[in-house]
Amino acid sequence: MTEALNNAMDPADEERPPTVPGRDLFSKFDALIAERQALLDTGVRDPFGLVMERVLSPTRAIIRGRETILLGTYNYMGMTFDPDVIAAGKKALDDYGSGTTGSRVLNGTYQGHRECEEALKEFYGTRHAMVFSTGYQANLGLMSTIAGKEDFIILDADSHASIYDGCFLGDAQIVRFRHNSVDDLARRLGRLPADAGKLVVLEGVYSMLGDIAPLKEMVAVAKRHGAMVVVDEAHGMGFFGEHGRGVFEEAGVEDQVDFVVGTFSKSVGTVGGFVVSNHPKFEVLRLVCRPYVFTASLPPSVVATAATSIRKLMHAGEKRAHLWKNSKRLHLGLRELGFDLATPEAQSAIIAVLLPDQQTTVLMWQALLEAGLYVNMARPPATPTGIFLLRCSLCAEHSDEDVGRIIDMFATAGRATGVIA
Amino acid sequence: MTDRTQTFAKVAELIEPFNKKGVELTDSTTFAGDLEWDSLVVMDFVASVEDEFDILITMNMQAEIETVGQLVDAVDKLKTED
Repeated sequence: MTEALNNAMDPADEERPPTVPGRDLFSKFDALIAERQALLDTGVRDPFGLVMERVLSPTRAIIRGRETILLGTYNYMGMTFDPDVIAAGKKALDDYGSGTTGSRVLNGTYQGHRECEEALKEFYGTRHAMVFSTGYQANLGLMSTIAGKEDFIILDADSHASIYDGCFLGDAQIVRFRHNSVDDLARRLGRLPADAGKLVVLEGVYSMLGDIAPLKEMVAVAKRHGAMVVVDEAHGMGFFGEHGRGVFEEAGVEDQVDFVVGTFSKSVGTVGGFVVSNHPKFEVLRLVCRPYVFTASLPPSVVATAATSIRKLMHAGEKRAHLWKNSKRLHLGLRELGFDLATPEAQSAIIAVLLPDQQTTVLMWQALLEAGLYVNMARPPATPTGIFLLRCSLCAEHSDEDVGRIIDMFATAGRATGVIA
Repeated sequence: MTDRTQTFAKVAELIEPFNKKGVELTDSTTFAGDLEWDSLVVMDFVASVEDEFDILITMNMQAEIETVGQLVDAVDKLKTED
């Protein structure tokens, strides 16, 4: 093997046909590589190369040997270390093994996958539920499958990458409207052929700025124009609405939303995605939806933890209340310190702190990390309007004392970096 | 003025707020290369063109439009389809 390799690579081997130096396909990334290197050369730590050496709880991890408060996870309801959830996962590992090694439509649907879909149907009060291997694939699958070449998908400009990618995977006509603008949506719907198939794609919570959609008005407009409606509740599940179903429940439009997309990787605390619906023909998607068919199903331990967590989230009123208390308190605390926040008040469990440029953002991020606080740094193209921000996402397991410490850390880091006076 | 000249003039007017470098506009001016627009600017600009002419330029169509001239032609075509 080694010898053969040496021979093949031997420049002295004149038997080989001459090769032409081709264009390096990676040259298109040169600008990004240079920008990143320039940033790291200033001595800051890499915000996208962080390792959690140990994870102690939903709100604590060891990073570079230091115990750090986690304020940049999607663990809104703190379910990742719930004893019942862990026990269910361990039992499923013992009973069903480490993985299914197959597609949902072949050998990859175990009892646990069915039970997980039953839990979702109960949680959402819908007739159908379909579990995908990730939330990304749920969006990819729904968008690309149900809207065909003659149909229109009308989406918010700030939609998540998985929604855009689902549109690009399919061949529907894609129309965008300005973020959260009911008028802009109405105008665009009004310009479409009345008899065309239309799917309006909305999100309950937009994850970069933590703002929520005016779903009551938007769904009404969509229905007035005969469109089907999908709402992605990735960042709203667990703590919006009476049953924790999401912003669409709180907005009172449950009976008009055709599909809800969600994920297990946020409030549910594991990984996976889903679509729930009452559409009478919904089950056909299992046969025609490529991101559902052509991938392995979730491991048994994952669906077992998801099902257990979903059932517990149905009765998580106290956690919900505490999460909202945390979010409102952090928003007020940061506002009072003089930080520029993306929303006028706390609209979700995400509080986004706006910063002027990349350098300041990284310095602030690093100052917080060195003080023992982890938040997300976000920059274009992940951010919608070319802005840099530090995204804080709260957890129901953050104690009152944690929130107080977090505000103090922001005060110190903000003054040290000159972000606040 | 012909219809196309009028459309060009209107499109040029809509480009101006986003034309930070003051690039001279011709049919062959490219949005990505000459005007150096990123996808966010494109979104804002397309929305303003759509609202001005009361048309829809789908993302599928946008993928085919690289120059100002192509956009003007597309707008004229969409206007007549109404």
